[in-house]
Amino acid sequence: MFRDALLVAKKDLRIELRSRVLLGQVLPFAVACLLLFALALGPDRDFLRRAAPGVLWITMLFAAVLAAQRSAGVEDDDGARDRLILSGLDPAGIFLGKALAVTLQLLALALVLTAGTIVLFGATPSSWWPLAVAEILASLGLGFTSVLYGSLAEGTKLRETLLPLLSLPTVAPILIAGTKVYAASLSGAGVPAAWLGLLAVFTLAYGAVGVLLSGALQET
Amino acid sequence: MGPVVDLHHAVVLAGRYPVLAGLDLQVQSGEILLLEGENGSGKTSLLRLLAGLLPLSDGSGSVLGFDLSKDRASLHRCVGLIGHGAGLYDQLSVAENVTFQVRAAHGDSARVASALERVGLSAKADLPAWKLSAGQRRRCSLAITIARAPELWLMDEPEAGLDEAGRRILISLLDELASLSIPVLLSSHDLATLRPHVHRSVKLAGGITISTQPGGRPWLKAEGATDVS
Repeated sequence: MFRDALLVAKKDLRIELRSRVLLGQVLPFAVACLLLFALALGPDRDFLRRAAPGVLWITMLFAAVLAAQRSAGVEDDDGARDRLILSGLDPAGIFLGKALAVTLQLLALALVLTAGTIVLFGATPSSWWPLAVAEILASLGLGFTSVLYGSLAEGTKLRETLLPLLSLPTVAPILIAGTKVYAASLSGAGVPAAWLGLLAVFTLAYGAVGVLLSGALQET
Repeated sequence: MGPVVDLHHAVVLAGRYPVLAGLDLQVQSGEILLLEGENGSGKTSLLRLLAGLLPLSDGSGSVLGFDLSKDRASLHRCVGLIGHGAGLYDQLSVAENVTFQVRAAHGDSARVASALERVGLSAKADLPAWKLSAGQRRRCSLAITIARAPELWLMDEPEAGLDEAGRRILISLLDELASLSIPVLLSSHDLATLRPHVHRSVKLAGGITISTQPGGRPWLKAEGATDVS
């Protein structure tokens, strides 16, 4: 399963590096979101600083939807999905590989967006590591949910609209926990262990559900 | 040895519409079978059923000994389907596309170069797939299947998009598969070209078989190796 996952992840990342959708479309979209939020919220630096955690994570969720569309879209053209199914790869390996590729892209995006919130919103954390752990867990969780809901929306011919409708409400725990962790990092209020725990449980749960359902989803 | 394809009253639904409506078919090991029929007669659905891509709604069937009602997933790695789409990733090169599929099937990557040479794509190996013409994409699809060396070949209008040289490659491949006793089911509208190279042709209409006739290749089951690359 893990060998297959690495094979699929390498394939998806190679396609991403060459098509540059993340760099040319998802990243500019996310940065534009940050800018628009900053403009909408006004010049009050203290207010901007308090709003920054929520803005960062909402932007991450929007970007994750685009990354999910892209991950599923790679298999749409020219019978690639049939070819992938017939390749003999373990469905769980395909799920994990595609999730890993999305996760790494979202992690890179999280780094840029965090820098953006620091510059635009003046929201420099006093403690970095809880935010770093939160971003790693959240990226992984979003990777799992993106691929899982991408699979569910496959074949409906409505994926572009159905995917955000399915995935955004269910990733609310990431929005809430991620925002709380960033806010705690800003105020220096200690390690928000409960919120980091929630992120870990959410991520593990979606990873497990995805692995368990991957075979059934592939055969539907 | 039993038939490699054994369908009894197979029904496949697309929504509520039966694209296969109680089809019976047996294919023996080493047999090259041509599927004929008008558009919408069920040829593509039959090939996708046999690849395990469509579920059996009623009836019973097995392919290479795998029960289509219970174990489609195990069947996937044993069949090679050349469908309407080539199944290529545009951003990957020709060689990378073939290599990915071979590695996925736990095959030998050394087969890639010989498969590309076999279909006349060696010179295009480093080109990204999006630069290929439709016929070259079809050749690449053939190369993937050659390199994967499946136990059962399924080809859906394999001659579509191929130029004269490509058709010669296809015919020589069919001849070689026949000599190696590897079973092939192919659908086509180019009956004059393909009939002489098959053991039997079966005509479909309305999702069932309506007639069968011998092809131009005599049915003499051969014994031989099983590697076409």
